[in-house]
Amino acid sequence: MKAFGVPDPESAQAPAEGEAIGIEGLRKSFGTHEVLRGVDLSVATHEVVCLIGASGSGKSTLLRCLNLLEPIDAGRISLWGQEITGAGVDQNLVRKHVGIVFQSFNLFPHMSVLRNITLAPMKARRVPRAQAEEEARALLRRFGLLDKETDYPDRLSGGQQQRVAIVRALAMRPQIMLLDEVTSALDPELVAEVLNVIRELASAGMTMLIATHEMGFARDIAKRVCFLADGRIVEDAPPGELFTAPKDERTQKFLRRIVEAGRL
Amino acid sequence: MSLGGGGPVPGSFGTTGRGPRLLGRGGRRATAVSTASTVAVLGALVAIFLLAPGSAQVRHTFFNPTDMWQAFLGNPKKGYYSVGAAIWLNIRMFLAAEVLILIVALVIALVRLSTSPVAFPFRVLSMIYVDFFRGVPLLLVILATGFGVPALRLPFISAQSAAVYGVAALVLSYSAYVSEVYRAGLNSVHQSQVAAARSLGLSQATALRHVILPQAIRNVIPPLLNDFISLQKDTALVGVLGAIEANEAAQIYSSTVFNYSSYAVAAVLFLLLTIPLARFTDRVVNRDRRRRLAGSAL
Repeated sequence: MKAFGVPDPESAQAPAEGEAIGIEGLRKSFGTHEVLRGVDLSVATHEVVCLIGASGSGKSTLLRCLNLLEPIDAGRISLWGQEITGAGVDQNLVRKHVGIVFQSFNLFPHMSVLRNITLAPMKARRVPRAQAEEEARALLRRFGLLDKETDYPDRLSGGQQQRVAIVRALAMRPQIMLLDEVTSALDPELVAEVLNVIRELASAGMTMLIATHEMGFARDIAKRVCFLADGRIVEDAPPGELFTAPKDERTQKFLRRIVEAGRL
Repeated sequence: MSLGGGGPVPGSFGTTGRGPRLLGRGGRRATAVSTASTVAVLGALVAIFLLAPGSAQVRHTFFNPTDMWQAFLGNPKKGYYSVGAAIWLNIRMFLAAEVLILIVALVIALVRLSTSPVAFPFRVLSMIYVDFFRGVPLLLVILATGFGVPALRLPFISAQSAAVYGVAALVLSYSAYVSEVYRAGLNSVHQSQVAAARSLGLSQATALRHVILPQAIRNVIPPLLNDFISLQKDTALVGVLGAIEANEAAQIYSSTVFNYSSYAVAAVLFLLLTIPLARFTDRVVNRDRRRRLAGSAL
């Protein structure tokens, strides 16, 4: 069932089925500004869920909380039933299971593409260099980036950088991938190559939570689409339903604006 | 520089036919003008120096070739040391101090930037340390270390040579400056790099070592090397403790022979040390930029 079919003793305890991500009553403030005001969300194993919503609605914050990059104020998050937001949780172990890719790529500029990818497996998973490089090359080949392995990030196009960032996250063999507006910083003609990578991941059975502004893509790939507004998920429905017959007034308004902007 | 490369462009100066040639000649003319101006300025400075009423006196006292040569070689029988040999002590002090400063300053910078509540007292201490040693003149630190520590009459610690106390004082003082350089470098690395590293499951220490520090240090190599150029010169201050380094040797020569040309020798020797370091700095910076732009492998 694992997306990459390689047995991984570390993750053996993670069940292959059932609820992958469970979020209950998640609250998060920055200073006096409460960004998330009680988010409840459940994502099943192998499910692809898209998060949509206006800028600043808390999509990124939600994903960062899931990767434990932001401490939460209230509520709980669990992966396959195991709470990860309690005390005494090994953050680094959680992060090995949960990969995240950022809007601005965040590749390490002082490292070649190959080293960007092999660093975490070598240092966090203690994979020997030769094996880490072999695995990295296999991933690069799969996503058509093999000829870039010795390049430094600033020599790559935005689309290539983002694909490398996805490969870098995959190299840790996560069971869940969080994608935070991964195409928002790209020139329009480079968006497709990144979306194709995500499509391939989805078809390989990767559990994904995707914050995106690409409504067409969300409609295409997601099993469910969640609309985030006022710090809560106000509508959660299959894309066919949410995009054609949104129930909540805020969803209707948001989608109307998207349509007016010619983005749907 | 070739400016007359392309063919004439309609509507530009090139259409006249004379345009490109004028431009090309302009380039050569610029070179000629800058050369002439350099010669004129230097010539004027040399002329002022040579025509000054006391010129002959100054040249004899400060730039006398015979004295310079003798000061360089030294002559213990006549009571003065070789400035050329003494510079080795500066080099040794510099190298020892540099290694220690790089380590001590990094520790201070990391402590100052730590966020853990446990480290709070150390944060305060490092702040006081930096404030103190940046505020006190290096000469006073050297004197206090060089004369104060031996006076404590501790075993071993109070029985070191002047050069050792000098290096200790340089390390104390420069670590304060260099830790601030490090701190600026660490702050210059964007938080998103930390997030990216931690999100991959790397521990804080691993992220620091492999992701943050290399970028931070790369960003501050020019100011770091700048501090080290000034460290090379400041090794001369250790002479006040009686260590026979180049400046002290030059002073001994001048007070024995009553000619200051020995200082010119010391100056030239210091320049021979600092200029290569400055050029090396440029090369490091350029190589790094080229490698990252060229992309293709190490």
